[in-house]
Amino acid sequence: MAALTSVGEAPIAAPAGRPRGMQASRRRRLNIFRYVCFTIFGLFFLLPLLAMARFSLEGPTKLGTWSVDAWRQIASYQNTGIPPLLSAIEITLELAVITCAVMLVLLVPTMVWVRLRVQWLARTIEFLCLLPLTIPAIVLVVGLGEIYNRIQRISLSALMLFWVYVILALPYAYRALSAGLTAIDVTTLSEAARSLGASWFTVIVRVIAPNMRAAILNALILTAGVVLGEFTIAYLLLYTNLQVELYSISRNTPNAGVLFSTSLAALLLTFALLLILSYAGRPRRGRG
Amino acid sequence: MTRTQDGAARTAVEVRMQGLSRHYGPVVALDRLDLTLQPGELVVLLGPSGCGKTTTLRLLAGLEDADTGQIFVGGRDITRVSANKRDMGMVFQAYSLFPHMTVRQNVAFGLRLRRVSSAQRDKRAMEMLELVDLPTQADRYPHQLSGGQQQRVALARALAIEPQVLLLDEPLSALDAKVRAQLRDQIRRIQLEVGITTLFVTHDQEEALAIADRVGVMREGHIEQLASPTEVYSRPATSFVAQFVGLTNRLAGEVRAGQLTVRGCTLPLVEETPDGQVVALVRPEAVTLASHDAPESGPLVGTVIAVTFLGATSRVTVDLGDATILAQLTTADATALPAGSRVALTIRPDPVLVAAGSELAVPVADEET
Repeated sequence: MAALTSVGEAPIAAPAGRPRGMQASRRRRLNIFRYVCFTIFGLFFLLPLLAMARFSLEGPTKLGTWSVDAWRQIASYQNTGIPPLLSAIEITLELAVITCAVMLVLLVPTMVWVRLRVQWLARTIEFLCLLPLTIPAIVLVVGLGEIYNRIQRISLSALMLFWVYVILALPYAYRALSAGLTAIDVTTLSEAARSLGASWFTVIVRVIAPNMRAAILNALILTAGVVLGEFTIAYLLLYTNLQVELYSISRNTPNAGVLFSTSLAALLLTFALLLILSYAGRPRRGRG
Repeated sequence: MTRTQDGAARTAVEVRMQGLSRHYGPVVALDRLDLTLQPGELVVLLGPSGCGKTTTLRLLAGLEDADTGQIFVGGRDITRVSANKRDMGMVFQAYSLFPHMTVRQNVAFGLRLRRVSSAQRDKRAMEMLELVDLPTQADRYPHQLSGGQQQRVALARALAIEPQVLLLDEPLSALDAKVRAQLRDQIRRIQLEVGITTLFVTHDQEEALAIADRVGVMREGHIEQLASPTEVYSRPATSFVAQFVGLTNRLAGEVRAGQLTVRGCTLPLVEETPDGQVVALVRPEAVTLASHDAPESGPLVGTVIAVTFLGATSRVTVDLGDATILAQLTTADATALPAGSRVALTIRPDPVLVAAGSELAVPVADEET
């Protein structure tokens, strides 16, 4: 009996073990592929940054030496009054906040309304929101030139750039919010809230928005990213934001290293702000 | 009569819908529907998909606007009142709890909008959770609950605001059979306890017949029959109702001098019927079977082709040569008649409803419609 059992068990064990073995080797190969891809793309992104960091630390007189002069010159640029860089950072941060706020106020209720009431308009809204992706910045500037001529009669503040930045960030914010709205049953949630006595404002603020928190955060990060990194439009419309100021510093100092230190500073600042934004928006651990 | 949170008695209200119509493009979802719910009554709207039952409920809730017609609740015209001001509690087919709120917060949501104090909100939420037997789940999130629990919380949330009317839109359809039966009974118990006027929409006839005071069977935007569950089942007003509610055998027959003859069997009629060829609607439970070993055949002799076990009863399908007939027997009786056995049929002489084609030979007056 024992012999029969052992004979019977052997062939059963083999096919059961084989797929497991195949799965393990497949998983191993997949992991290797992932690490290779990760390393290649990591190097692709990191190497230019490292090169930029190296050039920014190049000594002013002799090649191959190390110096932080290029970094010092960013801070010491124009010795009198408030350093222009600080004021540019301040303006850019204010622009990011205003653009994000306008974007949310404009887009979230519109998208909820379209989804609930005028579904047939969804394609048109999507097309309009994605349109800025296809229009080059220079064309936008030409088109907006007339409008900004009038705006500049009222205010010369660089904060007025938020109008065009809202348009520039529309495609990214729209995609992020659209994904968030698709993930929840907007119709049922809003109808449930309405039947309990909620106004449309309450429905959006207390019911829909908290359930698309991740999507809103993504939209904010992308919008902030667009504002923090924008140069062309601000430069062509003769406004000074962070990127324009960094460009101006690099142009007006004799040290070539400043070009790299300012570029790297701009990148690091943007990364830092986006990191802060994404960590600040992380959901807290819920009860229960 | 229901009690409000401050202990005052609240009288259940009458709901009256008059001439409600709703079109979606060329499709007529509701066609001049009239329906009245008595105070404290539970009316179930039953019908196939697209018959207009959910549209009726959504119009009453204010989630959609009627093309024509009026809605009165407690004598007040609410046709143009927005959904958030109608004072109606609603439970949806899909799970509708707010995912970012705990069970307690969900139940208290409507009270918060009504600016009820925090202490009273909490007290009322716990009362409601006790009503649906879920007080221990108060601090859980919806995703931590089963489907049945979520619907019970939705019911508690709908009742917490002490609405004038409770609306239930297929609240059990996403649940498995056992939970559905339990929750169905619980909904009825709570509705009777609270005494609230309730409109329940379903396509499940068993559910409708089990809990309703009255059932409204709908078809193509209007109510075919509105009556008690017993009446709808035993005295269907139309052939559609007869066929939609429960199983029905359609047998060719002839009416002559007030007598109906079906396959040589004389049966009484529900209503006076003019002479002529008709279709008799016979319930399977009115058909009894007996073993038939003799070689001769007759109009009520056939062969068993299938036996479907349903628990205490079984459904037997018999081939009569030119027709197939269903009989509902106790499982003990059905076991003695396996597939292939020859059987003789007897039709119990209950009053029979007849139809000529798809229409009734004699129209039966609809109640309330």
